Amino acid sequence: MPELKMAQAPAAKPAAAPVLAVQDLQAWYGESHILHGINFNVNAGEVVTLLGRNGAGKTTTLKSVMGIIGKRSGSIRFENQEIIRASSDRIARMGIAFCPEERGIFSSLDVRENLLLPPTVRAGGLSLDQIFDLFPNLKERLTSQGTKLSGGEQQMLAIARILRTGARFLMLDEPTEGLAPVIIQQIGHTIARLKSEGFTILLVEQNFRFASTVADRYYIVEHGKVIDGFANSELSANMDKLHTYLGV
Amino acid sequence: MQALYAQLLVGLINGSFYALLSLGLAVIFGMLNIINFAHGALYMMGAFCAYFLLNIAGINYWWALIIAPIVVGIFGMILERTMLQWLSGLDHVYGLLLTFGIALIIQGVFQNYFGSSGLPYQIPDALRGGMNLGFMFLPVYRGWVVVFSLVICVATWFLIEKTQLGAYLRAATENPTLVRAFGINVPRMITLTYGLGVGLAALAGVLSAPINQVRPLMGADLIIVVFAVVVIGGMGSIMGSVITGFALGVIEGLTKYFYPEASNTVVFVLMVLVLLVKPTGLTGRAA
Repeated sequence: MPELKMAQAPAAKPAAAPVLAVQDLQAWYGESHILHGINFNVNAGEVVTLLGRNGAGKTTTLKSVMGIIGKRSGSIRFENQEIIRASSDRIARMGIAFCPEERGIFSSLDVRENLLLPPTVRAGGLSLDQIFDLFPNLKERLTSQGTKLSGGEQQMLAIARILRTGARFLMLDEPTEGLAPVIIQQIGHTIARLKSEGFTILLVEQNFRFASTVADRYYIVEHGKVIDGFANSELSANMDKLHTYLGV
Repeated sequence: MQALYAQLLVGLINGSFYALLSLGLAVIFGMLNIINFAHGALYMMGAFCAYFLLNIAGINYWWALIIAPIVVGIFGMILERTMLQWLSGLDHVYGLLLTFGIALIIQGVFQNYFGSSGLPYQIPDALRGGMNLGFMFLPVYRGWVVVFSLVICVATWFLIEKTQLGAYLRAATENPTLVRAFGINVPRMITLTYGLGVGLAALAGVLSAPINQVRPLMGADLIIVVFAVVVIGGMGSIMGSVITGFALGVIEGLTKYFYPEASNTVVFVLMVLVLLVKPTGLTGRAA
């Protein structure tokens, strides 16, 4: 029953408050000012992709939402609560899960320990069986050292471990980076399936081709600001602009 | 032959203290990135805590084994919360200087009240006497220290390598930011880890009280050797620090038998050799 309600809510009330609302987000690494006012929203059940060149501030945006950038200002509201000042462990326990670009697989933990590391923050996470159903490779490698996995398997492990926690809002930072096409395809299927199960996903991607297969909406980040945004349905009309933004 | 066995036993006893202390140092270094020079002073506090419990409150040795590590562990956690936590992210030198300063202050305070001579601590009744093993006479208390230390070391190893809590600890040693972003209160875990390492030192202090007497400088003398042990074993490894602790105690004991003149320096000679051949220590991972 709760599943059904979640799926209906956005359709019945399209004006419902977004799950994540970021306003005038500024962030600093030490002395250098990286984000200069980021604005965007993510609605329940959506896959939203941040696009932009290297160094535009996409990763910093995700890290700021997660609370792991030392200095940040502006407003980040998650499920109507202000989290700009919250510590990252509190943000995680509110139901946001983060899969970092470098994957963050722990070498002193085996695959099973890596998978079971993030604590459950809410009921309703995927069971281990469901996870092995999504990523059959992991089941065979449970006792391997985490960093002995191939790049693709490490990426699957990095995604798999945050699905267990019950968090319904996932932030994936370049999940396809450096992976073979067949694995990229598998990750695309996974994201599509998570979306169909009601997860909300904020994605950072360089691989625009991949993003276009999974995203509902796009925001373009440049020099620490969101400079444009459009829905997937408006994609073809925006292709020229996009090529200019991304320099491809 | 009797003398050889006796020196071996002394070596195992010293090895027990080396192992418990270097284990605590390794746990603390892994998590806090601090070389805890206060470790010897906290070991001494453990012994004094047992002494106060017995002579002021009439609380016996067995309770002291539990209470002293908790009391000194809490003292350590207060040190971490009020001072050490501000050093995170800074160079090792700052942590080393601060903990060295803390050690001098603690030792100074105890010396001021208790001088430099040793205070006696009775062996508990149940552990008095000895056993004739056929080839040698084994004082029961010494056998107890070796066995109990081994049990504690193995239990600590199990806690860190085989449990979920240990997995948090190992993961946070590698990447505290990410572990925190999974919803784990890493700062609290760091405080508890320091408490655990310090508690192990205090436990060693209680164990040593009936053997070595209770002196303000008992830790200062020991900690120099323990740091050499840690350098030889390699900072990061739990099992490595335990095995190296016991092994070096035994090597020291053997040296006392075969070439007594070198018994005080053999550990340092080994340290130099290890540093020349494998600077990360025997079991240490390359940085």
